[in-house]
Amino acid sequence: MDLKAGTGLKSTVCATEIIVVRTPSSAVDLRCGGAPMVTAADTAIQGQELNPAHRDGTLLGKRYADAASGLEVLCTKGGEGSLSVGDSPLVRKDAKPLPSSD
Amino acid sequence: MHLFTLLDMAAAGFPDRVGFGSRTDGLTYADLATKARKAATWIAGQKVERVVLIDENSPAVPVLLYGSALAGLPYAPLNYRLATDQLRSVLARTAPAVAVVDAPVVDRLGPVDGITFVTREEFLHQVDEAAEAADGPLDPEAAAIWLFTSGTTGEPKAAVLRHRHLASYVIGSVEFMGATDDQAALVSVPPYHVAGTSAVTSSVYAGRRVVYLPAFGPETWVDTVRDERISQAMVVPTMLGRVLDVLESTGERLPHLRNLAYGGGRMPVPVIERALRMLPHVEFVNAYGLTETSSTIAVLGHEDHKLALASEDPAVRARLGSVGRPLPTVEIEIRDPDGTPVPVDTAGEIWVRGEQVAGEYLGRKASTADGWFPTNDGGRLDRDGFLFLEGRLDDIIVRGAENLSPGEIEDTLLAHPSVADAGAVGVPDTEWGEAVAAVVVLNAGASATKEELQDWVRGHLRSSKTPEHVVFADSLPYNDMGKLLRRKLKEQLVTEAGA
Repeated sequence: MDLKAGTGLKSTVCATEIIVVRTPSSAVDLRCGGAPMVTAADTAIQGQELNPAHRDGTLLGKRYADAASGLEVLCTKGGEGSLSVGDSPLVRKDAKPLPSSD
Repeated sequence: MHLFTLLDMAAAGFPDRVGFGSRTDGLTYADLATKARKAATWIAGQKVERVVLIDENSPAVPVLLYGSALAGLPYAPLNYRLATDQLRSVLARTAPAVAVVDAPVVDRLGPVDGITFVTREEFLHQVDEAAEAADGPLDPEAAAIWLFTSGTTGEPKAAVLRHRHLASYVIGSVEFMGATDDQAALVSVPPYHVAGTSAVTSSVYAGRRVVYLPAFGPETWVDTVRDERISQAMVVPTMLGRVLDVLESTGERLPHLRNLAYGGGRMPVPVIERALRMLPHVEFVNAYGLTETSSTIAVLGHEDHKLALASEDPAVRARLGSVGRPLPTVEIEIRDPDGTPVPVDTAGEIWVRGEQVAGEYLGRKASTADGWFPTNDGGRLDRDGFLFLEGRLDDIIVRGAENLSPGEIEDTLLAHPSVADAGAVGVPDTEWGEAVAAVVVLNAGASATKEELQDWVRGHLRSSKTPEHVVFADSLPYNDMGKLLRRKLKEQLVTEAGA
């Protein structure tokens, strides 16, 4: 799948929605709950099931990254499935504490 | 990314948390999202291309900002302090637009072609009556905000900030709902300043309640921080000095205040040292940013402040006068006039690159093809990457072949016990091209001669930085964000010398 920063995607097996915040260096097979994700405008693919190996869940407002491709996404709606590129899970990025300046 | 998505997330995650106003009857994130959706419908019905605000801060500000975002139109908060003619001319450039205004503005400005005026009260009333706009596609490339620069040199420029710039800044620098529900930020910068718009967008994403102080006064500021149990605030340097005076005379120490950010102008080191001593429980953050970069690009955090204050190493101690290090999401380089990067500790122009950097004015892209934006600010980076500002490039004094930073000369004069305020500018000189002139305000009841101040600067800096001219004055000209208007100072000096 060709992912660009700003692209919105949704899960086909749970409520998860994400936005790409960092474009991967090459095309990646991004999944949620083990099933392919679709763009926000697409109607969900029917008949997909949540793979029990990928159900750690996503959390609203957290960022997830794939070190190999540089892909980074922001979760805009949490769900039961977890994110992966192929079978390799995306890693939740812990907040780097930045002093508030606004 | 799009600003409305960020509000949607806050409303989904923490619908009942109060985002704006008082803890008991303020606007929650769910309320704000609903009002913004209604505002989007109302804005679409106006058949305009821009949404203008000419008003002080109020809860109408976030409604208008996010309502414009959902409607896909730029939100343009204008400086209500501009002279009538200048405000009319800036406003005309936003046409066709609807302008939400403080009622007296309508009479003051009179009719302007292509502008529909609506008072704040009428706007809020009509929004309540409107239907909620449906979710539609949100374009990250759309212009979110137009901010007019102060235009001290001529026609104000409109900086264009797109959704992707502003949203990148927020998600890159703020942890989603990272604030606890007892935190509150006091916002006293006006809505037409980039710090005023980023206070809205950052606070909403952080889940931090915003309390507005529509007009700054040091006593009101202190009272509000105490009464509203404010945990953090942002001030410009002149505000901080005046707040400290109030704290000193009243003995108030603001126990709930945890974080005080300052920026928007050069902070004299003695003022920040005094603040650190008087408010030891408060974490200080110095932030440097520009309108064109969606706000902050470098910060000096509290740990940096403490390390600098405690250090015996002059290079580390000097960092109290720096603006800290670039945000991890931003690159900063110092370049010479040809655009070539210069070595560490060498002064030049500050260039910046990053996803939050818009670098665009209305009708003109000001950044390079590979994303670098020349800021027109002078500065240098030290060996550990701390950034020191040297003022606008136009303000640098060129004496002989030497570039002199007016800020350094001003700081030295300010350290003199008799000096309350000082401004340094270059004035035409037949021998040197430019000579250093200092305008000095003395403390009440204090005295100092021209020769004494010249000796003081010579003793602390070097002779080429010693002002050839010293003029005493009652006050210096500042803009409403506390920036010294050196150009105005220069004009006055040159006029006086010629007269």
